[in-house]
Amino acid sequence: MDVIRNFPAVSILMCIFAGIISSGLKGKAARKVNAVLMCIVTVLNLATLMYTIELKTYFVYVMGMFPAPWGNELRVSVMEASMALFFCIVMMLSVAGGIKKLGDEVADDKLHLYYVLMDLLLSSLLALCYTNDLFTAYVFIEINTIAACGLIMIRQNGRTIEAAVRYMVMSLLGSGMILLGICITYDITGHLLMSNIKEGMVRALEGGEYAIPVLVTITLLSVGLAIKSALFPFHAWLPDAYGYSTVSSAAVLSSLVSKGYIFLLFKIIYRVIGFDIYCDSRIIDVLFIFGLMGMIFGSTSAIRENDIRRMIAYSSVAQIGYIYMGIGMGTEFGMTAGIFHIFTHGATKSLLFIAAIGLTDVSGGSRKFIEITGAGYRHKWAGIGFTVGALSMVGIPLFAGFISKLLFAEASLSLGYKALPALIVLGISTILNAIYFMKTVIRIYTPVENSGYETVGFKNGRLYTVVIIAFIVLNVVLGVASDRIVDLIHMGLAVFA
Amino acid sequence: MGPNLLPNYGEAVAMILFVIGFANLLLQKNIIKKIIGLNIMDTGTYLFLALKGYIAGRVAPIIVDGVTEAENYINPIPSGLVLTGIVVSVSVTALMLSLTVRLYKRYNTLNLDEISTRLKKEGI
Repeated sequence: MDVIRNFPAVSILMCIFAGIISSGLKGKAARKVNAVLMCIVTVLNLATLMYTIELKTYFVYVMGMFPAPWGNELRVSVMEASMALFFCIVMMLSVAGGIKKLGDEVADDKLHLYYVLMDLLLSSLLALCYTNDLFTAYVFIEINTIAACGLIMIRQNGRTIEAAVRYMVMSLLGSGMILLGICITYDITGHLLMSNIKEGMVRALEGGEYAIPVLVTITLLSVGLAIKSALFPFHAWLPDAYGYSTVSSAAVLSSLVSKGYIFLLFKIIYRVIGFDIYCDSRIIDVLFIFGLMGMIFGSTSAIRENDIRRMIAYSSVAQIGYIYMGIGMGTEFGMTAGIFHIFTHGATKSLLFIAAIGLTDVSGGSRKFIEITGAGYRHKWAGIGFTVGALSMVGIPLFAGFISKLLFAEASLSLGYKALPALIVLGISTILNAIYFMKTVIRIYTPVENSGYETVGFKNGRLYTVVIIAFIVLNVVLGVASDRIVDLIHMGLAVFA
Repeated sequence: MGPNLLPNYGEAVAMILFVIGFANLLLQKNIIKKIIGLNIMDTGTYLFLALKGYIAGRVAPIIVDGVTEAENYINPIPSGLVLTGIVVSVSVTALMLSLTVRLYKRYNTLNLDEISTRLKKEGI
């Protein structure tokens, strides 16, 4: 089945071409192209995952005519393939879940552009997953940023444009740092392919005189990616960007775009810098501390919020904090927990955004907490979806969130001086999560006398119900079959470097 | 710091440019000044790359008179990277400028903080 080796490259190229074709189509045709594309790409990535599981190691796909140290290549193993498959599935469900709402949110003559941006976003996410070339990664980071910015501002009101500007400014600071980091890496090692850079790094560090430049590189790359994925002190743009964009955009941005950057950081840790060199640098302590702070401050901001969409957005800050805490632990278990939490958060946060739109639509379109009282009775499936998402985020067994919390707690036990802060903050954060999510769940199931709420824009579609059920299934599968998935992550990490 | 600073003054200038651009992009309130900061930051990076890619006395690797020894040529990849980077930064700048036009038409100001306060007053 060697033909499967072509699938990663084909799926990336197909996304790009679909984007180009869609730019000349009408909105509805572009939607069809996008739907077909996502189905095909999901199947291709599923096949790739099956193939890599059987293969048990990685394979390299050479892009162009030049072999390893010079040419550009993709490198595929279980880790990349499963992440890419996950991205495809979540994106497909998020787009399908918000499709009915899109008519109200986006002007008709801009509809095809929305799907162009979605196609490009998917292509950049897949490329970030698969590429083995640091500069290609940089180019696709920029494509990702531009597409995400377009997805924020396609709903034209003052808020979204301001949010898009703020998002761009922070993202560009991050990209500037990443670019400089890549340049210094290239100067130190003379390579752009990740595996070759790592050999160069080891050689450069043997002499001892490159210790400071290597540290600078690690710092620039880590902080750049942390800014782009909205780690705690750099999260100011996030609530507006997620809170006011279209519902599919919010779901995709929170569960995929930031995860693409984090996955690239994992790749840099393992394949570019080298796990040991990275863990010896003090930068992981910085990430650890900011991760912990994000877990607390994100949740407290969410508690204070009076708007359900912005509350979910702030909760993302806390969840990103979890992942960075996992990275900051600097152990194999911490990394595994971090990667598992990427899956958890991706599956849960998009469910929450999609369910929240159902709840607000049956409450006269208002997003204020007081208005959504009893919305769970008015829109049954949205209520169930939100409850499942909330329970998963809080960490109730059976759902995905419980497993990631368990993995984080297990990982923190073997840490030494970091164990106590990690466990304490994990506990506090869980309680804070419970406060704001359970508050919302109780509110949407509080019966109200007056049922005179107007239903706006929401045609209680079958597709929406299917999407909510699919997300719930995804959550439960992640929670129940976690053993297999953790095994898969371990297997992936073993051949990842 | 020390004896290497003077011979590498080009790299030092590149880093200073990077920091100037970074600070402007982060701290300026005016969106146009932010964009100028972005361009200065990127230019600093390209200067750094171009300097690192150039070796005095060598030429671009285009074989004209049968000289094939690598010692006579520079590495062309940094120049290629600079070109790619310029393309990326041009497109990002264009996007930022178009966003700025949108904001200015709506609010008649380029001050991002003022726009934020006005948005808060508007409510939604």
